[in-house]
Amino acid sequence: MTAIPLWVRRPAGERVGWLRTVDHKEIGVLYIGMGIAFFALGGVEALLLRAQLATPEARLLDPETFNQAFTVHGVTMIFLAIVPLLVGFANYLVPLMIGAPDVAFPRLNALSFWLSLIGGIVLYFSFLAGGAPDTGWFSYAPLSERAFAPGTGVDYYILGLAVNGAGTIIGAINLAVTILLMRCPGMSISRVPLFVWMTLVTSVLILGAYPAFTAALVMLFVDRQLGGHFFDPSGGGQVVLWQHLFWFFGHPEVYIMILPAMGMISEVIPVFSRKPIFGYAFVAGSSVAIAFLSFSVWAHHMFAVGLGDTENAIFSATSMLIAIPTGVKIFNWIATMVGGRLRMTTAMLFAVGFIAMFVIGGLSGVSLAVVPIDLAVTDSYYVVAHLHYVLFGGTMLGIFAGTYYWFPKMTGRLLSEVLGRWHFWTTFVGFNLTFLPQHWLGAVGMPRRVFTYAASTGWGPLNLVSTIGAATLAVAMVIFFVNVVRSLRSGEIAGDDPWDAFTLEWSTTSPPPPENFASIPTVTGRRPLWDRKHPESRDAR
Amino acid sequence: MIAVRPAVVTNRTLLGVAIFIGSEAIFFIAIVLAYVAYRDAGLATARATLDIGRTAIFSVALFGSSGTMVIAARAESGRWLAATILLGAIFLVGQGSEYARLLSEGIGPGSALFGTTFFTLTGLHGLHVLAGLVALTALLTARRRRPRALAAVAWEAVSMYWHFVDAVWVVVFSVVYLGTVL
Repeated sequence: MTAIPLWVRRPAGERVGWLRTVDHKEIGVLYIGMGIAFFALGGVEALLLRAQLATPEARLLDPETFNQAFTVHGVTMIFLAIVPLLVGFANYLVPLMIGAPDVAFPRLNALSFWLSLIGGIVLYFSFLAGGAPDTGWFSYAPLSERAFAPGTGVDYYILGLAVNGAGTIIGAINLAVTILLMRCPGMSISRVPLFVWMTLVTSVLILGAYPAFTAALVMLFVDRQLGGHFFDPSGGGQVVLWQHLFWFFGHPEVYIMILPAMGMISEVIPVFSRKPIFGYAFVAGSSVAIAFLSFSVWAHHMFAVGLGDTENAIFSATSMLIAIPTGVKIFNWIATMVGGRLRMTTAMLFAVGFIAMFVIGGLSGVSLAVVPIDLAVTDSYYVVAHLHYVLFGGTMLGIFAGTYYWFPKMTGRLLSEVLGRWHFWTTFVGFNLTFLPQHWLGAVGMPRRVFTYAASTGWGPLNLVSTIGAATLAVAMVIFFVNVVRSLRSGEIAGDDPWDAFTLEWSTTSPPPPENFASIPTVTGRRPLWDRKHPESRDAR
Repeated sequence: MIAVRPAVVTNRTLLGVAIFIGSEAIFFIAIVLAYVAYRDAGLATARATLDIGRTAIFSVALFGSSGTMVIAARAESGRWLAATILLGAIFLVGQGSEYARLLSEGIGPGSALFGTTFFTLTGLHGLHVLAGLVALTALLTARRRRPRALAAVAWEAVSMYWHFVDAVWVVVFSVVYLGTVL
């Protein structure tokens, strides 16, 4: 068995340490490694929550620990797992897909990663410093003010997320400039792979949304450390200001987390349907529409605040409107599969799973955009179910699709399809067991973020099902982990182009050399590698 | 002299700086909006304590520094760059003396809503001026030590950021100071 150089195919003796690397592929792998590590931590926190909630009146966790666990679970999964995973894939793939030797600013790229990671470490340091933040991932004022959160947890939340956010913002600048200015000859913006399009739109969203969050964090810092009154009603401040600033960031953040995953399956589905994507311009254009709309929907998180009927009606309408460009994509993917020669690889299974689960999450989202429904189920498990159908059923399944698809490019080895199938089906079953019952729990009134409930509520059985589902998901993740470790050691050698794919990253070696391509490619269509392999039936554009 | 000036739409560094400035603008819009949202609560204090005339003079120093920066970048002139740094520093001294006076009168970030919003907004701007001064000084040092290695784009990039810091002050001065006479 020959040893395969992992991640980057470097000549012997030219290996650069992980601490010093500025290669976009190695930084991409660092991001992905960070994402996986924090995903595991966030997963353990979720299992603790589910174990506590499995039976009524359980005392596995005390209420304070429970509050810390759900807060850190949310912050971890959003800022330290999903975003780094997506940014990691973007880092690794975007230069390869557009035929560039690296990103625009390689050293700045390293800075982005290290800031993101240090932010995460600062957040977790709170556990050692007297207690983690316990005010929920959106850390509503005045609960997050010093008077009500006297520990240091919220201060670590502020510092950790500000540093992490700075890394994310710098990374977005880097990716945007790379996509705008570093495309190879012939690679017009209307020819770049859709994953690149999604990365560009996501970068714009990050640049519009994260700074508003940083501003809110600075204000909360002034309140807590300098005795300020931004969100302090006793000093004339208004708590709703935090909510406006937070959700102005928070809702685009949802699209920051879903659009790149949509980009991933927009690469996977055409290759395994043996067809070009149906309606390329609509997939790209609808993402731009989503980006614009996503900045005008934030107050749908605040229907219960009492902003007024007019405000609620406007935000309800914009929130429903955003379902249109989102729905367009669903039809694009389905139409791509229709009439195709489908190859149901593990990557394709996850991509199709994404569509099915995301439709459920999207539709429950539309139901929440209806003000009276939202008022009935706000802050209940219905919302928890909805957001997990989007972020796990959508984003995580998309990330797994991308992982099975691009792992061979990054490592030179294929993941096992047998274990992959086990991974997919345990994930699919475990996910639905966990979160489908939560719709009912929410509808019958179980609030989110309660550490326990009385047996007389009758919520016990469905909660037990949900916890069994969470345990099944844990098994699924173990299968995935085993698959990765085994494949890294002894997986089947992939070759340059194991999927008979369409895009430029598959035209170089697996893994690629440091400079990516022996010579900068020239392209004439949206599927450059297809054109090269089938000169007799090149794409018209 | 410089033959071809780098352009934002084709130069990586300048496009990167432009996008960075865009994200900074969102950051300041959020802080300014918070100031405006609480303006009424602090208006009486602002009218009674802010010294418009004196701050206007120091503001002219900052506005003028954009002019000297334009000349400095065009000519790649160390002298005009030094003048820019001096004007920026004068502005910061003015801000510092305004802070000292307000603090001595018992107005600080924790005293009341006006203090909270005033010190946050002007303080964040001041920190950006300071960052700009660091960048200008780095440019000046690079020009003295390694003039050949210094690309034209470095002048443009620092210049863009400095104009942005200046432009933010146009908004802050209008909202905070001129706002008191409305």
